[in-house]
Amino acid sequence: MSILTVSNIKKQFGGLVAVNSVDMTVEKGSITAVIGPNGAGKTTFFNLITGVYQPDEGNVQLGSSSLVGLKPHEISRLGIARTFQNIRLFSNITVLENVMVGLHKQLKAGIVGTLFQTKKVREEELRAQEEAYHWLEYVGLAQHLNEEAQNLSYGAQRRLEIARALASKPRLLLLDEPAAGMNPRETRELTEFIHRMRDDLNVTIVLIEHDMKLVMEISEHIIVLDHGEKIAEGKPAEIRNNVKVIEAYLGKSAVTPA
Amino acid sequence: MLADILNTLPQVLVDGLALGAIYAVIALGYTMVYGILELINFAHGEIFMTGAFIGVAMLILMTGMGWLAAMPAILALILVLVVTSILTGFMGVGIERMAYRPLRNSPKLITLISAIGVSFLLQDLVRFITEYKRGNYILTGPSMFNSQFTIKFSSVSSSFSDAFFKTSTLILIICVVVMMVALDFFVNKTKWGMAMRAVAQDRDTASLMSINVNKVISLTFFIGSALGGATGVLFAVQYGTIDPYIGFILGLKAFTAAVLGGIGNIRGAMAGGIMLGLLEMFAAANLQLLTNGVLGAEYKDVFAFAILIIVLIFKPEGLFGKAVTEKV
Repeated sequence: MSILTVSNIKKQFGGLVAVNSVDMTVEKGSITAVIGPNGAGKTTFFNLITGVYQPDEGNVQLGSSSLVGLKPHEISRLGIARTFQNIRLFSNITVLENVMVGLHKQLKAGIVGTLFQTKKVREEELRAQEEAYHWLEYVGLAQHLNEEAQNLSYGAQRRLEIARALASKPRLLLLDEPAAGMNPRETRELTEFIHRMRDDLNVTIVLIEHDMKLVMEISEHIIVLDHGEKIAEGKPAEIRNNVKVIEAYLGKSAVTPA
Repeated sequence: MLADILNTLPQVLVDGLALGAIYAVIALGYTMVYGILELINFAHGEIFMTGAFIGVAMLILMTGMGWLAAMPAILALILVLVVTSILTGFMGVGIERMAYRPLRNSPKLITLISAIGVSFLLQDLVRFITEYKRGNYILTGPSMFNSQFTIKFSSVSSSFSDAFFKTSTLILIICVVVMMVALDFFVNKTKWGMAMRAVAQDRDTASLMSINVNKVISLTFFIGSALGGATGVLFAVQYGTIDPYIGFILGLKAFTAAVLGGIGNIRGAMAGGIMLGLLEMFAAANLQLLTNGVLGAEYKDVFAFAILIIVLIFKPEGLFGKAVTEKV
């Protein structure tokens, strides 16, 4: 069963066509990778799904509801969470509070209830703290809960972003270059972690990644973008041998020796 | 000379605290909006002024109908405070909705001009309505909470003289402390406060975390303006006479207090306000003495602002602000 269906989506910035007529279907519970050379339109593609940009043409559907025209916070409410290529934590608040921001949509407290601090609201805040702590434990950051997010190490900040995304209980999790800047050992741990996350939490994962080892190891389905167009898709083994993909990454001469 | 300064110190402290409390709450409104939109909301001083007028109008109305005499004065004041803060709160939300939100993606300077426009509009609107209704735009509220208290500082040490204050000063300070504690709790401990801080740090990311950014911004304006309006009422009760232009200079000073404390920092605004109030009163009482009669009390603002400049030269981020490091 597919959870995300992107059909014929297009986005233009002035004269530059960043994403051109791309289709994609993501199966529920799968791990899908979106790859492509720099500037291929991968992050734009994520921004179109999460509502940061509105597509010029085409449709994005989560389950049975269309996401076109919705604001980012509405799409997030429907169950899509993401991390960022450049880490975008709330750097001046604590690690625990960062995760609690991810819990925002699950907390029922309205503004009026908050102002009067009803018993229900207070209990809810307490539960939220416990739940945020649980997510920190899950990604292995529990001992840092009261530190400011900006003081964490790079790898830890990446994990905190994932914890914040998981806290919103997403059906679909988008990871934008989760292994960027990681050393081989950290990348290996991340690979295991992504697998574990999918199995434990029953979440569908779409990731953008340049680390081919990670991509080939982890993904069940791969989509390749180049200059905004989809040039190939399929299983890792198929993509590895696809002529067009090798061409896009290495140039024509790699395929047809002069 | 030192003996004279010490002698007046108790009174300076009491008056400075009362004035500083007013600066502090208004500074909060500036700092909250700046924190979240990086906009200096110049209309905020006028919201304070409008609050003062709404409050006094209600008190006059209640006097006319005999209600003020019928109920305990403190109850009447609380009623007026609540109604005024709700009204000015919605006014702040409306101003943001109409004058700032359509300009959210234009350069900051444009929004600033819009804010200045709103501030003139409010000044003249209030002036027009008051003059139309009362024939005079200077308004004097019913006299309330006028009984005098004395704190016997002289019994602590003979070098101090006693400090006098009115009940209204006490009420003012209590109300301000309650407002500040409540706001601090709200911002630091609740879901909506957290959402506010998240939006202040990174609006786009916050919205991807399912936070409704526009709602949070409206909420920020509501709280800032409600506090500002309530302070207007307290100001009117404390100082008696108000005119449509009180918001300008007071707003400017409150803004200064916010910068002094580190703009965008809520606790900093509170401390900056109190500090500015104390400095100003200290200057008013002692400037003549300190300069051998060259400068009189009317130069108190010069003194206070000179201190501000000195602080900002050595600590440009303000007393409680964090130095911004340039991202590479």
